[in-house]
Amino acid sequence: MTLDTTKTLNFSPFLRLQWEEAQQKHVILYPEGIVELNVPSTEILKLCDGAHNAEDILVELEEKFKQPGLKNDIYGFLEVAIENGWVS
Amino acid sequence: MAGSVNDRISPPRWLLAELTYSCPLQCPYCANPIDFARIKSELNTEDWLRVLSEARAMGAVQLGFSGGEPLVRPDLTELVKHARQLGYFSNLITSGYGMTEAKIVELKEAGLDHIQVSIQSPEKTLNDELAGTESYDHKKEVARLVKKNGYPMVLCVVIHRKNIHQMHDILAMASDLGADYLELANTQYYGWAHLNRDQLLPTKEQFVEAESIAQAYKEKVKGKMKIYYVVPDFYEDRPKACMNGWGTTFLTIAPDGTALPCHSARELPGLDCPNVKDMSVHDIWHHSAAFNHFRGFEWMKEPCRSCPEKTKDFGGCHCQAYLLTGDMHNTDPACSLSPDRQRVYDAIFQARHDAESANAKPLIFRNPKNSKALT
Repeated sequence: MTLDTTKTLNFSPFLRLQWEEAQQKHVILYPEGIVELNVPSTEILKLCDGAHNAEDILVELEEKFKQPGLKNDIYGFLEVAIENGWVS
Repeated sequence: MAGSVNDRISPPRWLLAELTYSCPLQCPYCANPIDFARIKSELNTEDWLRVLSEARAMGAVQLGFSGGEPLVRPDLTELVKHARQLGYFSNLITSGYGMTEAKIVELKEAGLDHIQVSIQSPEKTLNDELAGTESYDHKKEVARLVKKNGYPMVLCVVIHRKNIHQMHDILAMASDLGADYLELANTQYYGWAHLNRDQLLPTKEQFVEAESIAQAYKEKVKGKMKIYYVVPDFYEDRPKACMNGWGTTFLTIAPDGTALPCHSARELPGLDCPNVKDMSVHDIWHHSAAFNHFRGFEWMKEPCRSCPEKTKDFGGCHCQAYLLTGDMHNTDPACSLSPDRQRVYDAIFQARHDAESANAKPLIFRNPKNSKALT
């Protein structure tokens, strides 16, 4: 799959992204399932808010973490997220 | 061994709230206990609110409102609202019977995340026959209303010998209803399904064909519809890792408040499952004998005890071991290494015999009259 990096991204309205105190982690909740997330994945998904595209997310997170060269990681994760229906 | 079992107990993640055993339907594969009609008491609203709070505080996050038919409970919306405030992701597991659009909207506003509608068959006559109630048209209408009102459409079809040949039509129906998730649940033979096993268990050829149709379709609708295929373990070599391991993940609360490590565990003799009216959910999960009974590996007999796969399947399903061998501590005969494996072959043989017989036994429907007559 090739990611369209200029398309605005939205987290699915069918799912919920929330902090779980017991697990000390963010999770994605969907019918019949739970996906545990690490910190970078959570940061990416929080920006899939209907206002950012993949390029915006890259710029914002490289700035936030003060770390260049995140392109492959971020775009790679977004492809997985789209394939799983978490983001469209 | 370093540390006791208690040090390693993981918190519950899934809570199944069986709100009532009342149900307008009479499905002959119902997972409720055979003697449900003798269990009359139901938790009140206050008890349920407390159970939801206590389980959530421990870490439970996926919540199923089930039954019986949960719509029968007049306090359903109140429970849904509380669940949402606590941060649960909640699922209403319903036959759709008695559901109205106003109720669908009301539940959505209360914070319900999804509704799972079950349909018995894509064919009206068979659906109504299996449900023991004329319900087909209404169920399909409910499925459409669920979708229309912005919920993910979760469709569940229980698969058995009466409908397994309809797999193509089942998939077409799911697609027609715009299902986002389709659960193809091969019947698990406990409760009423165990009672009716000879009439429900498909042949191996039927399973193989249905599975290949479903798998091919799964590829076709990838990205549009998620298909969960619950495997039929009678035709497998290894048992399922039942409940992801006893007392590790799942907690069921029965209508009368009995806490169960799996929704069929009520059938197990001598387990003496605790009740939320007597103990907190925390104490039940951590300290009750029933929840500790099959934790870890100490309880195992051979061949499980020395088996390298014991960490994968935990010996399989204890309810199945009990129903097929009379001892819940035995290896689940769904495992080809079980010394009781023959019981599975016998069950398959009996079912095939029934299928080919000119005077097949009638199905025993799940209703209070049959429940009382049988127990």
